[in-house]
Amino acid sequence: MGSSGERLFEGADWDFHTLQRVHDACEEIARKELGLDVYPNQIEVITAEQMLDAYSSVGMPLFYKHWSFGKQFAFQEASYRKGLMGLAYEIVINSSPCISYLMEENTATMQTLVIAHAAFGHNHFFKNNYLFKQWTDADGILDYLEFAKGYISACEDRHGSEIVERTLDAAHALMSHGVDRYPGKKALDLRAEEKRAGERRQHEEAIFNDLWRTVPNTKTKSRTTLSVERRRALLGLPQENILYFLEKSAPRLQPWQRELIRIVRHIAQYFYPQSQTKVMNEGTATYVHYRIMNRLHQQGRITDGNFLEFLQSHTNVVFQPEFDDRRYSGFNPYALGFAMMQDIERIVSSPEDEDREWFPDIAGKRDVEGVLRDIWSNYRDESFISQFLSPALIRRFRMFHLHDDPAESAGIKVDAIHDERGYRRVRRELARQYDVGFVDANIEVVDVDLAGDRRLLLRHTTVKGAQLNETDARRVLQHLADLWSYDVALTEVDGTDKVLKEYVISPRAAAVAA
Amino acid sequence: MVMHIVDRRLNPGSKSLENRQRFLRRAKALVQGAVKKSSQDRDIKDVLEGGEVTIPLDGMDEPRFRREGGTRDMVLPGNKKFVEGDWLPRPNQSGGKGSGAGEGDSEDAFRFVLSRDEFVDLFLDDLELPDLAKRKLAETESEGIQRAGYATSGSPANISISRTVSRALARRKALRRPRKDEIEALEEELANCDDPTRRRELQALIDALKAKAKRIPFIDPIDIRYRRFETVPKPVAQAVMFCLMDVSGSMSEHMKDLAKRFYMLLYVFLKRRYRHVEIVFIRHTDRAEEVDEETFFHGPASGGTLVSSALVAMNEIVRARFRPADWNIYAAQASDGDNMTSDSALTGQLLTDRILPVCQFFAYLEVGEAANYTFDMPDSSLWTLYERLRNDGAPLSMRKVSERGEIFPVFQDLFKRRSKQERVA
Repeated sequence: MGSSGERLFEGADWDFHTLQRVHDACEEIARKELGLDVYPNQIEVITAEQMLDAYSSVGMPLFYKHWSFGKQFAFQEASYRKGLMGLAYEIVINSSPCISYLMEENTATMQTLVIAHAAFGHNHFFKNNYLFKQWTDADGILDYLEFAKGYISACEDRHGSEIVERTLDAAHALMSHGVDRYPGKKALDLRAEEKRAGERRQHEEAIFNDLWRTVPNTKTKSRTTLSVERRRALLGLPQENILYFLEKSAPRLQPWQRELIRIVRHIAQYFYPQSQTKVMNEGTATYVHYRIMNRLHQQGRITDGNFLEFLQSHTNVVFQPEFDDRRYSGFNPYALGFAMMQDIERIVSSPEDEDREWFPDIAGKRDVEGVLRDIWSNYRDESFISQFLSPALIRRFRMFHLHDDPAESAGIKVDAIHDERGYRRVRRELARQYDVGFVDANIEVVDVDLAGDRRLLLRHTTVKGAQLNETDARRVLQHLADLWSYDVALTEVDGTDKVLKEYVISPRAAAVAA
Repeated sequence: MVMHIVDRRLNPGSKSLENRQRFLRRAKALVQGAVKKSSQDRDIKDVLEGGEVTIPLDGMDEPRFRREGGTRDMVLPGNKKFVEGDWLPRPNQSGGKGSGAGEGDSEDAFRFVLSRDEFVDLFLDDLELPDLAKRKLAETESEGIQRAGYATSGSPANISISRTVSRALARRKALRRPRKDEIEALEEELANCDDPTRRRELQALIDALKAKAKRIPFIDPIDIRYRRFETVPKPVAQAVMFCLMDVSGSMSEHMKDLAKRFYMLLYVFLKRRYRHVEIVFIRHTDRAEEVDEETFFHGPASGGTLVSSALVAMNEIVRARFRPADWNIYAAQASDGDNMTSDSALTGQLLTDRILPVCQFFAYLEVGEAANYTFDMPDSSLWTLYERLRNDGAPLSMRKVSERGEIFPVFQDLFKRRSKQERVA
């Protein structure tokens, strides 16, 4: 395995040459042994304060200005100063080149760990996972953010910061419902996006007027009432991407406001894959750093002392408290992800009979890296867990499934545990916890009353009886009504279309739209 | 593959500063309320240190559609003794807790740390010296620069290109510097010419023109002009604040404490808000003396009471150092209201004839014992006197204070920013 034996560094100190050596050593292992395929790396050394800054702009190196990020920052700064919160060792950005932020306080060992973890683990995942390929444009994101930042600040100059802020507030409230969940016609091309901003506007305005020409206050005698199907088709309904719908069809928004909504929507879409792959992404990165660090130690390129230091932080990172532990706050994606990757390695290289029965496709296939790379490319958390969580791992974590039906007075039912009868149910339920389609409320724009008062109709199809929190729902709908400029009605229905609750919200007098 | 390392540590920090300011602006009313509340139970010195404030999240929240209730399923790690079909009691009916990402309601109060500047700014926001009317060119202070024509010398950054080029053009024209196309035309003719005499002539002409062009430079150092800037004195409002404090024996420790707190606040307010405010500290018993701030706030003193002595001292200082025509003059007086009865007439006369005519604003703060409620305090001799003057139309503001907590509201009230017509009562 290459030039072994030569130490990469001694002690805890490092300089830029050390980082370069570490990167090269990691790269050799990552490419030759693990077969990783990564974007070019860019490593940026930052201070703790800059790390805090980055936290508050969702980790991006540049971002538009908004008070909510300031709130985030104030909050994080307060908890950091009090020692309630440690800072991450790194932040990595899905862009090409792939930017990893390293904190200057880290020791040489930590920098090695971080480079292996972020610059190779996450980097490979970003470049190869199908969700990222489909929904994000690593080459264009930084330019697009630059464009967004400039555009928004130009809007502030031109139209006043208050209205810009109100528009962004409203768009942010709907951000979780501003993503396309199913692949559309084309992948996102942010560069072209930026260039076309102007001409697209004009075209859309033309189309848009066409649509509203059907509003019956025109003088024409023949009041052609559109058929429901025709109307819905024209408006592209039903539509679950509420921001998209507003951008295209809200009657009274200014063109620049549509562009702001579009920016928020694109950013939501950019982060959408990350929310679906937390376990896999961290699992991959942790598995990669674990393999690389072990190999470096084996080659004698890091000392026993460094290796022990590494093991200590690694153990902290993959620590999973049990449910009755005070520290428990759900599954640790690092712990679960790493455990599953290692488990797959075991199944592929030395399977038991049980594994052969559960995983006939990969058990004993011997090509660990190949199998893992394939998994990293083609799954997201939900499908990954429902496919690869093994009985052995369910036993190791001693997972159990609780079913809490409020109608049941006896209490919470233990529905399945780590036994023969429970494996599949535990696995299915855990996978569902990671299904974003299931985690976000299923709300759709279903219709617009074009002939009448232009009321916008939305429907929330509840799952398992969970309804919207009323206070928050009213606030979000208020924002929605302000953007739409006419009344907005939301109906909550259960699976059998039985109406559970109805909201009707009118836009505020000093609304967002002109 | 090539890897880049970028050192960002030296980049300007506080990238979040602007967002933070936007947040503070948005939360201004809430933060201001919190600042005032937290400053009431703090020492004034601590107020200046900034610190943590807590504001309710209401109004600062970012609503999202979120669901609650219904049937819930969860998978947890670490089963010890449960078997399928067991029933567990519900943890006392607190529906929302433990549902993972339920961050929404867990932070209903929002705590964060304000820096010293932010704190004081918010605290002193909306306060100003009333009627800061007299503006004059201060002798020392000059600020602001302004373009002032061109100069023949200056820094290279200030070269005026258009001016330089146009001067060069004029000079070249005046000296008839041969133009480039002129020479080129001749050279072309020479190339196409066969007649040797003509060729010689042409060659001579070209050489002469070229030599001339060389002698007359395209841009000569004498063409160069620099943009000139001048510093311009700007009119500033000069103001002086007289702090008159009664430190006589009748003032209890509590009263002195109140008065000092008031002045401390005034001092901070003036120092931060106005660069050109002089502060004169006068304390008096039956004699008045001008003191420095250290003595004013910390020095012990005791004796009888003669309010007029302080006014006399102030009057003398005004005459000696602060010409009323050039200075905005303010005064704040704190006392327990006790005064020698015989002194009343003199005090009243001094005020009406000497002090109030030159003052933009005169605030009187009467401090009382803690046990007394303000409205129970019998009107003191000084209060009665001042009230009469005020009713006659003198620019006097009067407040009574008997508790620490009242200092801040009274101060805010006295110095609140007002419209032109409004006067502090």
